[in-house]
Amino acid sequence: MSPRRTDIGGRIDRLKTIRFTFDGVAYTGHAGDTLASALLAKGVTLFGRSFKYHRPRGVLTAGVEEPNALVTVLKGEVREPNLPATMVEIHDGLVAVSQNRFPSLAWDVNAINQLGGKILSAGFYYKTFMGPVFGPLKGTRFWMFCEHFIRRAAGLGRAGSAKDPARYERMNAFCDVLVVGSGPAGMMAAKAAADQGARVILADLEPRFGGSANWSGETIDGAAATDWVRRTVVQLEARDNVRLLPRTTVWGYYDNNTLAALERVSDHKEQPAKGEPRHRYWAIRAKSVVIAAGAFERPLVFPGNDRPGVMLAHAAERYANEFGVLPGERIALFTNNDSAYRAALALKKAGAAIVAIADVRPEISGEMHKLAMEAEAEVLAGHAVVATEGGKALSGLKVQRFDMVTGALSGDARSIHADCLLMSGGWSPTIHLASQAGARAEWNAARQAFLPPKPTPNSALQRWIGAGAFNGSFSTIEAIAEGRAAGLAAAGGTAAPAALPTVEPAPGNPDPAPVFEIKAKGKAFVDFQHDVTSEDVRLAHREGFVSVEHLKRYTTLGMATDQGKSSNVPGLSIMAEALGKPIPEVGTTRFRPPFAPVSIGSLAAERFGDLKPERLTPMHDWHTANGATMYSAGLWYRPMIYGLSGETIEQAYVREARATRESAGIVDVSTLGKIAVQGPDAAQFLDRVYTNMFSTLAVGKARYGLMLREDGFAFDDGTTWRLGEQDFLMTTTTANAGKVMQHLEYFLDVIWPDLRVHVTSVTDEWAGAAIGGPKARAILASCVTGTAVDNAALPFMGIVHGEIAGASVMICRLSFSGEMAFEVYSGAGHGTHVWEALIEAGKPFGLVTYGLEALGTMRIEKGHVTGAEIDGRTTARDLHLDWMLSKKKPFIGSAMMDREGLVASDRLELVGLIALDNRPLNGGAHIVEELDEANPHGSIGHITACCYSPALGKHIALALVKGGKARHGSRAHVSDPLRNRFGPVEIVSNHFYDPEGTRMHG
Amino acid sequence: MLITCPYCGPRDVIEYTYQGDGNRERPDPASQNFEAWNAYVYDRLNPAGDHNEIWQHSGGCRAHLRVVRNTLTHEISSVAFASGDHHAPAARRKAEDKP
Repeated sequence: MSPRRTDIGGRIDRLKTIRFTFDGVAYTGHAGDTLASALLAKGVTLFGRSFKYHRPRGVLTAGVEEPNALVTVLKGEVREPNLPATMVEIHDGLVAVSQNRFPSLAWDVNAINQLGGKILSAGFYYKTFMGPVFGPLKGTRFWMFCEHFIRRAAGLGRAGSAKDPARYERMNAFCDVLVVGSGPAGMMAAKAAADQGARVILADLEPRFGGSANWSGETIDGAAATDWVRRTVVQLEARDNVRLLPRTTVWGYYDNNTLAALERVSDHKEQPAKGEPRHRYWAIRAKSVVIAAGAFERPLVFPGNDRPGVMLAHAAERYANEFGVLPGERIALFTNNDSAYRAALALKKAGAAIVAIADVRPEISGEMHKLAMEAEAEVLAGHAVVATEGGKALSGLKVQRFDMVTGALSGDARSIHADCLLMSGGWSPTIHLASQAGARAEWNAARQAFLPPKPTPNSALQRWIGAGAFNGSFSTIEAIAEGRAAGLAAAGGTAAPAALPTVEPAPGNPDPAPVFEIKAKGKAFVDFQHDVTSEDVRLAHREGFVSVEHLKRYTTLGMATDQGKSSNVPGLSIMAEALGKPIPEVGTTRFRPPFAPVSIGSLAAERFGDLKPERLTPMHDWHTANGATMYSAGLWYRPMIYGLSGETIEQAYVREARATRESAGIVDVSTLGKIAVQGPDAAQFLDRVYTNMFSTLAVGKARYGLMLREDGFAFDDGTTWRLGEQDFLMTTTTANAGKVMQHLEYFLDVIWPDLRVHVTSVTDEWAGAAIGGPKARAILASCVTGTAVDNAALPFMGIVHGEIAGASVMICRLSFSGEMAFEVYSGAGHGTHVWEALIEAGKPFGLVTYGLEALGTMRIEKGHVTGAEIDGRTTARDLHLDWMLSKKKPFIGSAMMDREGLVASDRLELVGLIALDNRPLNGGAHIVEELDEANPHGSIGHITACCYSPALGKHIALALVKGGKARHGSRAHVSDPLRNRFGPVEIVSNHFYDPEGTRMHG
Repeated sequence: MLITCPYCGPRDVIEYTYQGDGNRERPDPASQNFEAWNAYVYDRLNPAGDHNEIWQHSGGCRAHLRVVRNTLTHEISSVAFASGDHHAPAARRKAEDKP
């Protein structure tokens, strides 16, 4: 047992030894320890280096508000930075390292920044990184050069780049009463609400329920407070209307009483159980919420208040009572209130020597004198700490007479030898959730704290009730009474059947003296994590910042990962004094979610990893079994190529496209969006939706259609087939299927409810195979029964019904590849059967399967547009589709498409490009008239799609270029500095291949 | 945010898609009044307070709803079918019948 570890007491299990490392050094602790308590027990005082000045820092607190002792935990290759050592539960094999130090924690070269404190004051970046610099690094380049080094020197932990292998999950929960915090108030609220039969969730961010009862040393109902808590937890666990969530931080309060919480399920385990997530994100819908989140103790602001060994008084009390750890052997205290005296006595009882209690107040009550006497501590009333001494650990401090009213120091400084200084500057209720819910905090002059407003008629959207220290009721007696009242009220009950648990009244006055700062020589820290001193706050005031929001941004006070949990009120009080205004007039900033840092993984949850949804076509298994390399397109998986062994992607698609143009190819087109448009007014509806006419389309024929948005830009294209007088089958692009469906539904539902039309998404009902090439018709003729497929029976854009291998099919003769081609649709369940029959029938004709790459190549050769060209910024005219704009009828977008800007002559228009240097082109590359590799400029457009064209034997591309057609036959250059691709191109028509369409018309 | 769909009952906002400002008036399709079209496509009120909006229950029954939502508090004061009674089902369940 180490000398700092007490023999008895606390929640730790001294029989279980746990081994872990910190900065590569092996340590042991006990089950129940946090990293902070285990290291303190081993006499470690130095935990990290500060953000800006690289000052040595120790542990300030014992909980979630810790600003100093931030560590990085390593799990294999995965590193999680900025974890408070006070919240990391140790387990065998835990590897933790300190942060922001180079080369080591004990010996840090950047500690020299402490000497430059005057330079690194508030607004350093704003003042320094402006103004002209001359020479080779002119303009902002010099500052960007500096930034690299400053960013390395200032900061927190480093994020990792390894992929996080952990699993995360999301839970939706519903309850009548959510209780946040499980101290005596929360415990009573949960019990009272559960006794009324309400469905209760009790959440606490600590691993163990009980809050202050775990360390107060009080007696509740005749038992130690810890036993009372354990008994109550057992009672709650036995109830099936109560869910207990330990290690769960409620971090967000949203409207409709929706709360967000993060449960750290397995961080504290060496190995998570099988299938167990690391974190679980809870979305909790609560009918009402009891906020029993407690309060944070505040530091006092005095020179050297950040030295390792200076700690909050209650934190030391927690370490002694809850973990059996003494943070020092000779302990001094500095306080403005009575609560520190109880801490002194607790530490005395645990075995420390209390050398002195410096109290800013000139008069101390008899009760407090009595506690001090029991602790054998000298009381220095009307004194303040003005300096601390020591390097990586505290060795002593200096006190001086202090006048609380004027703030003046007098008399000689007296030195006190101590290895630990505890401070208490009063308490601030944890009002964050109430603030998120929209409540305006109210300044209470007696408590010197912002309190949540008293329960007002809560809106239906936010129903919460506060209890205990959250309300500024700091005694356990009050917490128990308010907790039960809140639990009853939240559950809608009124009865108070049994007597309240009895608690010995704790001595002391809850109101602190209004002292936040001791003005003496030296750096006095307000925000420990961002290294903001009291002088920085005053400097901000002198430079004209009067709003608390501006103060925050200029000094960065309260903007670190701890979000100013310990620094907000001291910072405000210093600002208020500088402004000569009372604190409530300066106001407080509003808290936003999250209350504490939240893992991004927990928010993504199942949307990432194995459980992400995917869409597979009916023929998916056939593709993967037959050598397809699959490509993910949105949620869909589609064959990219069917590569032969040894083939590159380019060799594969060139072979597939060439074979299709020479004999025949087949491609899975099941992913195309398909919408059944049916009803007496279906044709009229399509006339309004498409730019061209559909009411004139004969039954058994299909037509290519184009849709615009209301603002006149192109939206989507596809073919629509008239299967019956009132029955159309619309196809859309794969990517836009959902959007087009919503577009149609919106117009039918909101704009034209009088139209008798139904739209139904049938994408997943049909399997589609497109078969094209000079031999395509012969292949179909050899396997289709029940219909002829010759030119008379099945002309271009004609539709026939028949059978293939016994399965009903619908065949439409249309072409995307530019060859004589047919789309064969069957019920999804017959998809693979029909596909295999077509493959079999095609064997004698040299039929190949082709994937997206060959499909894309053939469409580029034909100059057809897809989503790459219909990009939301192009019009029908830009894409040379103006022949489809009917003048006989209005349609969606017709009124806006002729606006000045949409018909301007310098718009980007679709063209084709041929690489004159016979090298591959890149999508996204810019087109310029004059090449300037050193200083790329003067873009006249960009490439939207490119490929090697086997039909032309050239590298070609589609592009959107200013002037478009007028440039056909002229030369330009590609300018792609990112990929260092520059070279000459010829601008040509987008119809590279068979512009007359003789091949597809046959 | 919860929206009470007249068909499906109270459902989380995650099930809905915002389909735009409900105050827009679509001009006569044949109209060439450019001012009116411009107002319909681009002009929005952006009020601080009650706002008339169209939402689609896209993750549910897919009906379009006219919702009055307070943009400051997210309080929803009314929900109705966007198409008036056109969609009212014969056996329409009251919202309070659903848990």
